[in-house]
Amino acid sequence: MKCQKCDKPATFHITELTGGKPQELHLCEDHAREYLTQSNDEQSTVGSMAAVLAQQMAQQMAVGQTAEELAQLDQQVCPVCGISFYEFRSQGRLGCPFDYTCFKKQLEPLILNIHGETEHVGKRPSRGVSGSESRTQLIRLRREMKEAVAREDYERASELRDEIQRIQSASKD
Amino acid sequence: MKIDDLKLKSGEWLRGSGPESDIVISSRIRLARNLADYPFVSRASEADRDHIENTLHNCIPDLQEGKELLYIDMKTLAELDCQFLVERHLISREHAESTGARAVAIDGHERYSLMVNEEDHLRIQVMHSGLDLEGAWEQITGIDDLIEQKVTYAFHESLGYLTACPTNVGTGMRVSVMLHLPALVLTRQIEKVFRSLQKISLAVRGLYGEGSQSMGDFYQISNQITLGRTEADLVKQVADIVPVIIDYERQAREFLIKESHENLHDRVSRAYGILRTAQTISSEETMHLLSSVRMGVNLGLINDLEIPTINELFIQTQPAHLQKLSGTELDPTDRNIERARFLRRHLQKHTNGDEPEQN
Repeated sequence: MKCQKCDKPATFHITELTGGKPQELHLCEDHAREYLTQSNDEQSTVGSMAAVLAQQMAQQMAVGQTAEELAQLDQQVCPVCGISFYEFRSQGRLGCPFDYTCFKKQLEPLILNIHGETEHVGKRPSRGVSGSESRTQLIRLRREMKEAVAREDYERASELRDEIQRIQSASKD
Repeated sequence: MKIDDLKLKSGEWLRGSGPESDIVISSRIRLARNLADYPFVSRASEADRDHIENTLHNCIPDLQEGKELLYIDMKTLAELDCQFLVERHLISREHAESTGARAVAIDGHERYSLMVNEEDHLRIQVMHSGLDLEGAWEQITGIDDLIEQKVTYAFHESLGYLTACPTNVGTGMRVSVMLHLPALVLTRQIEKVFRSLQKISLAVRGLYGEGSQSMGDFYQISNQITLGRTEADLVKQVADIVPVIIDYERQAREFLIKESHENLHDRVSRAYGILRTAQTISSEETMHLLSSVRMGVNLGLINDLEIPTINELFIQTQPAHLQKLSGTELDPTDRNIERARFLRRHLQKHTNGDEPEQN
């Protein structure tokens, strides 16, 4: 596949989620860098403490990683809530609980840097923790149901609705 | 109970009692929690936010135990009322200024409040008067347990409670004490104290938390680390350092009394004089002068005032409180006139009540 902006082979495949619709971009390395740094400038105005912190941390994380690896990590998207790691980096807020699992590789050095530890030793929910992860899947299912309704795929939407109800009633026991 | 019922009294944490309450105004703990089955707030749709709000609203009757709890839908709350709640430390500034489905539940004694759809789905906070972090922890973990019986929190086997920002992950806990440190400010030692706190990863903030400048010589000291330590350890870390700072402040006060008694007495008396006679006064000047008066009362240089009265004045003279108490919206110029009138009325009735209000 060729780059969308020149004749070089496309080595970067970026999926942007804007307005709920995924937009695919196929770019060569040069144009990918240009594209990613452009959107970087637009969002760097976000001045919240958390964003500044996330930027700092990401810079520290970058030590020992090439620009390519970094760009790839930035493009990774959470299958549950749809946030990209790049979006987290620029806003300083994660999208859903599953981000801690799917961005584990990126977040671990960050968390170690903030807290000096990576293992929780404090209070735990008294009902056990197994219910938490299956319920996180509800975030993805609800999102998929909304998307199915939007494209008028009512059959899929009703399957998803049943699945959601099944999980909801299972975890009530 | 309605929001206007709050303005007639003040929160229990302002009553100026409890251990070390001449220097420690309050002890506060907050827990950040999220429901497992919804995206974090910044990524939640309006429908998600409504569902989160409903789910958490349904847990709240369990907390009441016959006591009154005020539940406020903030989506429709007037700006002045939002500001009023910020001034009372019941909600954060971010919560007041954001939009969309969000709420706050407030205990009738203002010892705790629950913010729904702030940065995290749920932020529980407990505030006690004086230095009482253990008491605050006991109360907040009890509230957390009651809510957890009804909902599934987002919890990770090794990372603990999951939060929208990784700076809060693990315990989701922020332990803080609000200290009044006028003598350390006067003797220019405050920066030194802060630098040493930062070395042991404690944060220092102003009166209204993150990004707020210090007003009236009030400082909040809190933990920065939330992961890899137990809640008891985090409480202990802050609780252990507070007596050290109290000691520095007392030494600085003693130094001022001994080395420049006249100057200090003069400073305190002038501050008291201005507050009792000014005809127009800004919020900033009021905080500054009340701080001197508060120290004067603690050192026995002023004998006709009580600490709870001064603690209340710090809150009641803030812009939204003045407007709520006077019952009208006021522009800054009128607020300064109203603030001076309010101070004269409250400070003169504590001395010779027959002094004329206008002169």
